[in-house]
Amino acid sequence: MATFRFKVNGRDRRIETDPARPLLDVLREDLGLTGTKYGCGEGQCRTCTVLMDGKPAASCITPVREAEGRAIVTIEGLAQGGGLHRVQQAFLEEGAMQCGYCVPGMIVRAVALLESNPHPSRAEIVQWMDGNLCRCCGYPRILAAIERAAGAQPEGARS
Amino acid sequence: MSAHGYKVVGTRPVRPDGADKVTGRAAYGADVHLAGLLYGAVLRSPHAHARIRRIDTRGAEALEGVRAVITASDFPPADAGRIIDLGEGQQTVAEVRGNMLASGKALYKGHAVAAVAAVNRHVAEEALGLIEVDYEPLPAVLTALEAMREDAPILHETLTRKELGTDTGEVSNVAEHFRFELGDLEQGLAEADVVVEREFDTATVHQGYIEPQNATALWNQDGRIHVWSSTQGAFVVRDTVAAALNVPVSRVKATPMEIGGGFGGKIRVYLEPVAALLSRKSGRPVKIVMSRQEVFEGTGPTPGSHIRVKVGARRDGRISAAYAFLAYEAGAYPGSMADCGAMCIFSPYDIANLCVDGYNIVVNKPSTAAYRAPGATNAAFAGESVMDEVAERLGMDPIDFRLRNAAHEGTRRADGPKFRRIGCVEVLEAMKNHPHYSAPLEGPNRGRGVAVGFWFNVGLASACTIGVNADGTVNLVEGSTDIGGTRASIAMQAAEVLGLRAEDVHPVVVDTDSIAYTAVTGGSRTTFATGWAAYEAAHDVLRQMKERAARLLETEPECVEYQDGVFRSGESRMTFAEVAARLNETGGPVTGRAGVNPRGAGGSYAGAIADVEVDPETGRVSILRFTSVQDAGKAIHPAYVEGQMQGGSAQGIGWALNEEYCLSPGGAMQNSSFLDYRMPTSLDLPMIETVIVEVPNPGHPFGVRGVGEANIVPPPGAIANAIYRAAGVRLSRLPMKPETVMEAIWAQRD
Ligand code: FES
Ligand code: FES
Repeated sequence: MATFRFKVNGRDRRIETDPARPLLDVLREDLGLTGTKYGCGEGQCRTCTVLMDGKPAASCITPVREAEGRAIVTIEGLAQGGGLHRVQQAFLEEGAMQCGYCVPGMIVRAVALLESNPHPSRAEIVQWMDGNLCRCCGYPRILAAIERAAGAQPEGARS
Repeated sequence: MSAHGYKVVGTRPVRPDGADKVTGRAAYGADVHLAGLLYGAVLRSPHAHARIRRIDTRGAEALEGVRAVITASDFPPADAGRIIDLGEGQQTVAEVRGNMLASGKALYKGHAVAAVAAVNRHVAEEALGLIEVDYEPLPAVLTALEAMREDAPILHETLTRKELGTDTGEVSNVAEHFRFELGDLEQGLAEADVVVEREFDTATVHQGYIEPQNATALWNQDGRIHVWSSTQGAFVVRDTVAAALNVPVSRVKATPMEIGGGFGGKIRVYLEPVAALLSRKSGRPVKIVMSRQEVFEGTGPTPGSHIRVKVGARRDGRISAAYAFLAYEAGAYPGSMADCGAMCIFSPYDIANLCVDGYNIVVNKPSTAAYRAPGATNAAFAGESVMDEVAERLGMDPIDFRLRNAAHEGTRRADGPKFRRIGCVEVLEAMKNHPHYSAPLEGPNRGRGVAVGFWFNVGLASACTIGVNADGTVNLVEGSTDIGGTRASIAMQAAEVLGLRAEDVHPVVVDTDSIAYTAVTGGSRTTFATGWAAYEAAHDVLRQMKERAARLLETEPECVEYQDGVFRSGESRMTFAEVAARLNETGGPVTGRAGVNPRGAGGSYAGAIADVEVDPETGRVSILRFTSVQDAGKAIHPAYVEGQMQGGSAQGIGWALNEEYCLSPGGAMQNSSFLDYRMPTSLDLPMIETVIVEVPNPGHPFGVRGVGEANIVPPPGAIANAIYRAAGVRLSRLPMKPETVMEAIWAQRD
């Protein structure tokens, strides 16, 4: 047991727990932030993606000790005030989901992309999102939603 | 407005549950939290086949923080032979329970043997290590052909072989051999100028939903059991829990949480009764969530198979005879969907003489479950490969050959029924006319292949109620869990009838105490059947609203007309919302309701065109371009139809090229992680193009055909045929991974 201090969605948190415990479990079980999902527990599906100091991280393989002193943003922390984040809005408008389970991880990772590269090409989006697994959609609408969020005309989503 | 004059059907509104899903608020099964919640964990067999001599749970029980430990002996007494229907075929109580907690024998690596509930997951997992199980390992049998051998190790000493409908009394791993026959096969073969016969093997694959199975249960002090889980059918959960625990169905309440994918794999119940038993023993609610490895090893994948196909055709291009031998691995318990494969394999064709032999065989692998058009994809890979070769031998274009033989209204399906209006010809024509099919494909090692596939779709029972709100909107209450957007596609059908906007119908999926029986979200039935229930319930609302309007307009209900949201009688008029605002003064609330069990599920055809490039040095296959064509009957929400086609195609591509259970000789899965079980990522897939064909289903008020499944059927066949044109080799094994492709290329060079 040890004590860790970090910010989650702008709020200071103090957690007492086993240092090796995955950040995912701490977010879901201790902080009740169940928007971040488990898919594999081994860094292979990115369903559990959160931002750590603005960079995407697979929270299932991030021991909580690595969060010490960092700023974490989860899917719950994106919408500000009454409105959705533009990436959330784009996923909604593009209908970029079927079951929706992969969506939090997709959106969080896409937010990180647009923050560092506001106008990515289609190829850059595909490359960046590669590894975020979706089993339902076959990806076209997800990629189109990210293009839409970037202000581009979505390409070929409604062929 | 569309050609039919529909205002809502055929449009693309934003889904009603979308905001919850993009904000992380949507509550999936693992998100359930209750006061006093305990965490459960399941001990699983390390052996693929073993007798369980003894289980000692004392060590686990003594661990601090452990609140309950159970084994199969904790199931209450019940008639083990009683047969129950659980939405995916029939099973005995013993089989249903046996797969939840092994009794006597472990039948696959990963078979649940015992379970623990503790104050947290860590303690629960530690306790598993303190349970001592004395196993006597037995030889395992892993493939259909091995299991059919006379000297094969037997899984179930009580399983006897059913031969063409009669029980032979002979103990066997072959649960059943059935046959579908039309015409005279020998006669048809004798007429043929060209005969092609080939054998195929397909690997076991998993549905690969990203959300693992989960369940939370509370066995209350009043004897009622409440379960929460991610499921394709809350009523299947209710009925399975009741059967496994031998209590009346009315004692169980199943709440379906949001579901993170299912594809057939979340019909069967694994955890809910186990959590309920742990809850009874501990007096607290218990939640169990599977790990990814448990999902691979402990839930039903789809059968591996051995298939032989023989097709004869005349020089005029007509198929004169077709035969298929389908040996499907059911896994640990009978039920392999070989019958579905047999129903589908030749269904795109009008063939006078055909015969299909199907075998349903138990092996030491996880008990198989449905996977999107279950049984049909394996069969179509084999069937469409042979059809392609026959077309080639006849010197015909593969689509022309299929058109020459295409099934149509009146064609008889292998299992007997005659088709009503179907869209096989239209799908083939759409493929032929698509620019993809005529686009030049230049460059070495590249090839284009096509295939078609069929899924019959089901109807089954659905219930729906609609309550009218004072602001002129309605609440639609349904029992179909929403995997891919059916809240929207069902609500839109009610909105069309009611003359309301899609967003004025608020759909809500409820628990089993709050709606009448509704069958699973599966078989491509939900938009079809629950949509029909919504259509009927909306008409019921409209009938009552006309009465209210008549009262307010001071006339008779027969004199009231309703169009575009307005009730009219002569010159007087009132909108739906105006009448809705005055329900309490005209007789009280209005509720529409309907229960349906429609028979007219129209089958759906799908086709695929695939362009591939084969690397002759490595055997790696890249998909350059892919087009999916499907008959939707009537696409209620075309964007979701396209989404189903793209998702089914992506799964079919994964099945074709990468996915498989790699087993050790002893039956242990070697690749039970997403690292090693490779599902397609965004870089692996091309932009999948879609063409929706609409040949209305005469058996549905809007002409709907289910679209969830047929799209996965053609991709492996289309890709195999494309590989042939790219590399000159016909592959007979799924997945067509680089090694398999290279072996075929080397064999051809020798
Ligand atoms: S759950 Fe973290 S990568 Fe899969
Ligand atoms: S929408 Fe289901 S996994 Fe992506």
